[in-house]
Amino acid sequence: MMKNVHRTLQVNGEAQQVSFAPYKTLLEVLREDLNLTGTKHGCELGECGACAVLVDGQPLLACLELAVECEGRAIETVEGLANGSVLHPLQAAFADLGGAQCGYCTPGILMTAKALLEKEPEPSRERIREAISGNLCRCTGYQQIYESIEEAARRMKEAKVPA
Amino acid sequence: MMRLPWFGFHSPRSVAEAAKILAGEGPNAMLIAGGTDLVPNMKRRHQAPKTLVSLRRVDELKKVSNGSGLRLGAGLSLTEIVDSQKVRGAYTGLYQAAAQVATVHLRNMGTLGGNLCLDTRCTYLNQNYEWRKAIDFCMKSEGDICWVATASKRCLAVSSTDTAPALISLGANVKLVSTQGEREVLLADLYKNDGIDYITRRADEVLTEISLPDSVGWKSTYWKLRRRGAFDFPVLGVAAAVKFAGDGTVEEARIALGAVSSRPLATKAGNSLIGKKLTDEAIAEAGAKAQNVAKPMDNTDLDIYWRKDVVSAFVGYALRELRGDDMRETRMRIARQVL
Amino acid sequence: MNAPGNPSEKMRTRRRFDTIGKPRRRVDGRAKVTGLTKFADDVVLPRMVHCKLLRSPHPHAVIESIDFTKASAHPGVHLVLTGKDFPISYGILPVTQDEYPLANERVRYVGDPVAAVIARDEQTADEATRLIEVKYRLLNTVSSAEDALANPEPRIHDYGEQGNIHRLQAFEFGDVDEALMGSDHVFEDLFFFEGNTHLPLEQHASVAAPDGEGKLTLWSSTQVPHYIHRALARALRIPAAHIRVIACPNGGGFGGKCDLHNHEIVVSRASMILGRPVKICLTREEVFYMHRGRHPVLMKMKTGVTKDGKLTGMHLQTLLDGGGYGSYGVASTFYTGALQTVTYELPRYKFDACRTFTNKPPCGPKRGHGTPQPRFGQEVQLDKIAEKLGRDPAELRLGMVAKPDSLTANWLKIGTIGLEECIRLVVEHSDWNNKRATLPPGRGVGIACGSYLCGAGLPIYWNKMPQSGVQILADRSGQVTVFCGATEIGQGSDDMLAAFVAEVLGIDAFDVRLVTGDTALTPVDLGSYSSRVTVMMGHAAIQAAERLREMIVDAASHELECSPERLVMAQGRVFLSEDPSKGMTFAEAIVFAETKYGTLGTVGSYSPPRAPGRFKGAGVGPSPAYSYTAVVVEAEVDQNTGWVTVPKIWVAHDIGRAVNPVLARGQVEGSIYMGLGEALMEEQIFRRLPAKMSHALVHKFPSMLEYKSLTSLDMPEVFTYLVEDPDPNCPFGAKEVGQGPLLPVMPAVANAIYDAVGVRIDEIPITPDKVLRALELKAKGEAPRVGPDHFPQVPYPKPVYVKTPWEGGDGNETKPADRKQAVAS
Repeated sequence: MMKNVHRTLQVNGEAQQVSFAPYKTLLEVLREDLNLTGTKHGCELGECGACAVLVDGQPLLACLELAVECEGRAIETVEGLANGSVLHPLQAAFADLGGAQCGYCTPGILMTAKALLEKEPEPSRERIREAISGNLCRCTGYQQIYESIEEAARRMKEAKVPA
Repeated sequence: MMRLPWFGFHSPRSVAEAAKILAGEGPNAMLIAGGTDLVPNMKRRHQAPKTLVSLRRVDELKKVSNGSGLRLGAGLSLTEIVDSQKVRGAYTGLYQAAAQVATVHLRNMGTLGGNLCLDTRCTYLNQNYEWRKAIDFCMKSEGDICWVATASKRCLAVSSTDTAPALISLGANVKLVSTQGEREVLLADLYKNDGIDYITRRADEVLTEISLPDSVGWKSTYWKLRRRGAFDFPVLGVAAAVKFAGDGTVEEARIALGAVSSRPLATKAGNSLIGKKLTDEAIAEAGAKAQNVAKPMDNTDLDIYWRKDVVSAFVGYALRELRGDDMRETRMRIARQVL
Repeated sequence: MNAPGNPSEKMRTRRRFDTIGKPRRRVDGRAKVTGLTKFADDVVLPRMVHCKLLRSPHPHAVIESIDFTKASAHPGVHLVLTGKDFPISYGILPVTQDEYPLANERVRYVGDPVAAVIARDEQTADEATRLIEVKYRLLNTVSSAEDALANPEPRIHDYGEQGNIHRLQAFEFGDVDEALMGSDHVFEDLFFFEGNTHLPLEQHASVAAPDGEGKLTLWSSTQVPHYIHRALARALRIPAAHIRVIACPNGGGFGGKCDLHNHEIVVSRASMILGRPVKICLTREEVFYMHRGRHPVLMKMKTGVTKDGKLTGMHLQTLLDGGGYGSYGVASTFYTGALQTVTYELPRYKFDACRTFTNKPPCGPKRGHGTPQPRFGQEVQLDKIAEKLGRDPAELRLGMVAKPDSLTANWLKIGTIGLEECIRLVVEHSDWNNKRATLPPGRGVGIACGSYLCGAGLPIYWNKMPQSGVQILADRSGQVTVFCGATEIGQGSDDMLAAFVAEVLGIDAFDVRLVTGDTALTPVDLGSYSSRVTVMMGHAAIQAAERLREMIVDAASHELECSPERLVMAQGRVFLSEDPSKGMTFAEAIVFAETKYGTLGTVGSYSPPRAPGRFKGAGVGPSPAYSYTAVVVEAEVDQNTGWVTVPKIWVAHDIGRAVNPVLARGQVEGSIYMGLGEALMEEQIFRRLPAKMSHALVHKFPSMLEYKSLTSLDMPEVFTYLVEDPDPNCPFGAKEVGQGPLLPVMPAVANAIYDAVGVRIDEIPITPDKVLRALELKAKGEAPRVGPDHFPQVPYPKPVYVKTPWEGGDGNETKPADRKQAVAS
């Protein structure tokens, strides 16, 4: 058996020391070595968007990101989205408005939408469509996802919550 | 879950260091930048390099510099290309091509250099190991035959890069660096019409920079045909760049096609426009010429005859847009986004 | 108390609701947005090891030998299993027990599992599978239904009708030839519907583990834990009492997780041998091989109409490409004909069906199960009929909608029908009357309708027991726990369950604790398929809740010294209807009830009403109710390229009552999404290589990239209208919404394309090359149509002849002797 590598990863604001097989992608390390199973996988080839996470604020696909390259970068997953027990406005809106049906694409879309709202607090419907066009959803037809993101943007504006 | 094979890993801080590692490791090493092409290919066991040499931490590959034209570091992400006001303003075709690569996430990861070096693709090839075993493999991976055309002596995998046709039409050069020194080549000459041996970059070379000539007087565009508004590789890419005289007469014109050959196809169809205005007739003539040289093969999505049949129409869309026609509705129907 | 299957009239017809009909956050919504929903692959157990399957690279072959010495010796490998370890065949339907967990001697498609390796991690297991040496003797392959008819040998299975024909069915309801002869016009069309697959975003995963007592627990991505439980007991020869199946919430199902899957049996057996947890998660490629999706169906449809636009009779013939195994195929075959009578009045109907075996992954049930294919045919044909008769296609349909509370020619009992209202809504909102045939060239609108089951009338194995059971426990803390075998696959099963109980008990749905989809703890519910959950589980839940309510109200009325009828349960209280201030909290009332009755627990169950059809084969099609949908699609067609764009879709769905309108809309829009994908680009297709050089028959592109599922940029704007006309056979009147709205999408797209550019694409998917080909034919003055051009000879049997309800039938088959009389008279 070949040797594991050791890295300190910044995940959801916490430094995590982790030892893993060097062939693993960030997706595998998050799910298998850090037990953060909120990040999903649908193809592991960059063809569905289910594993989207934020790295240094940008939505990336964890299935294509080598974990050995992730040291020193800020990784955010769905587990870190809520503020303590208070849901992020995106989470609340997705739950309220049907943005999540089976919930499998949801973590990836939430993280992607978070990055969008950080850059553009009041995105148009067109911008939302473009921003999540790399996240396949088989359940919703996307419309309730758009509405959830719009509602979250509205609530964040009212409450002056940063994304 | 699909997993990568075991590999060793280097993360150099400079191009020189990277070149040195490549020279030392020989052909067992491969460069990785964004990883969006290589990682899936490795997961499918197309390649199993012993060593990966990552370019992520090579800051000098991220530079943008102005001169008479524009020099772009090969390590810039496609998102950085899309967001560059300079690119949008002066090299519209490159912007439109970059903006249509894969998806938001993949553009955040993938680099311009990576998209230029994109491995050729084929529906007989870009499959898991088990699938390829079921067809007894192909010329490009462990087998002997090209299933696209079984009499073919060479691999017919298709060039699927979007940015290369755009950059070829813009007359770009690329710089390649190795421990032997550096060289600059016309981008069109980087490629060969062979699905296996598709690129003239040597295994020990790092593609470091893309330089674009001055854009004064030029207008450019890129039209991408694919099924969906995101994810998909092109089944046809049409890049056109035209230099107009003050009265609208064409002084120079380059039309390059993607996804119709094992390399980005720099056509001569633009020559027929020189000295003319972009009339419907001139456009139709250029379209017909481009369609003539396009050779879509059974290596990607959609019907090959249809893919050939529509080349002329897409060249027409591109040229009409450069002429100044309002193509936004057509563009929206094809690209499904504002570009 | 109410008799089973007969919820109280009061509840059903109630006008005011506290929970039902209100848009709410679904009860499981928070877990889904925090990443806490535990899908099967998220289950991680101590000492867990990992399984990979070695699959056949050949479409049809005999296994001569398997040598796994090297694999067993590979470091980190715990166990290697082959077909020898699984001598018992299985199959989801009792009549087709034709599968083996690992191939027993024969492989029948590329991807058929041959051996399993269980190792310390997935990478090691994967490496070891490649060390297994299998010798195959290749057999000739069958690649399509027509191929199967033409090549009876070698037989893919040694059972079935003959050669490679798996199943033949034929029914005739009233004399159809006579009806066609008496028609003013007879239309005969051929249609083809390509196969496609579910593509749930979650890949199938299973974890099997022995518990402390050595009994088996299986966590799995399944829509049908009860069926899995039952079939697993048989396949493993373990008493069902020693098996616990837990259906994890599914990351999408769409029918693809309704079978007992080979990997579920393999990991179960492996965990029992190793005495530790074993996990498997399929790769996306393997999900394509698991398939059980939409059958490719070739159809011949002969329909008679009167000059004023009434249907007189239809003769439908279908030919299905079933793939390598039976799966649900016998049912799918029935469904290509059984519901053809439910949407429009059809006085006489004849239906012949044939399912073939081919060397491809088995087909089975996908959203709409067997019915989208003939629905496509009929709706496109109606468009042709309307044109011939010079009628507006919407108005033509309005004139022939089936009648509520009626029987169909094939003896299905229809309840409420909101289709006319659906048609009116989409016509009005789409501005149909100003768009049809009047939009500029290249733009058009098309309409289509459909209907669907609200639960299959019969279970997949014969029994007279309830199809859904619900148990409720309540205790002095005020907590209410509801147990039901129903399975959350994203559609909102859990939310429906909580909503029904909450409504009856007057509490907040969020305060209802749910235990679902666990065969050790929950009463049997047959699972999430055939759009049965809301109706069947709903009835059972209401019955259980009403029984509990009765006890609570009774105890509270003692305390409040009033008669129970005067009490209301709402907003977490029990109080006097005329004086809401007099009452108590729900929790206080529970205390009185527990004091009076002892530990509080009630059950409810539901069996659908017996269907009127008595002939053999009458079991497929009946349902407690039918939902209806109308769709208008707007399409734009580029005449130079055939490129199709769909900017807008209007859909109206007769849902009876929307229990949670947020979820109901999501189901409608999700159906439109999937339907549009099927209409334009989704296809599960296969390729052969030149026969002289290769034996291969492979899935053309088993990947998310090349199997084209629409992205957000490809999805049109959808305008959804819910028609709420409560159906008396349904809980609070609620009908299904998960499948019906998909059905009209494909034909509406085809009809819109015709309106836009005057070409008929009589096959699905409608790709731009087909449109361009048709446009070229049109330009040449030839018939502007692309579609199948012939229907092969199929040895359909003599039909089971049944007189229609209005021609003196009694629901039984009429024997040939009687039939002559019937025809003569």
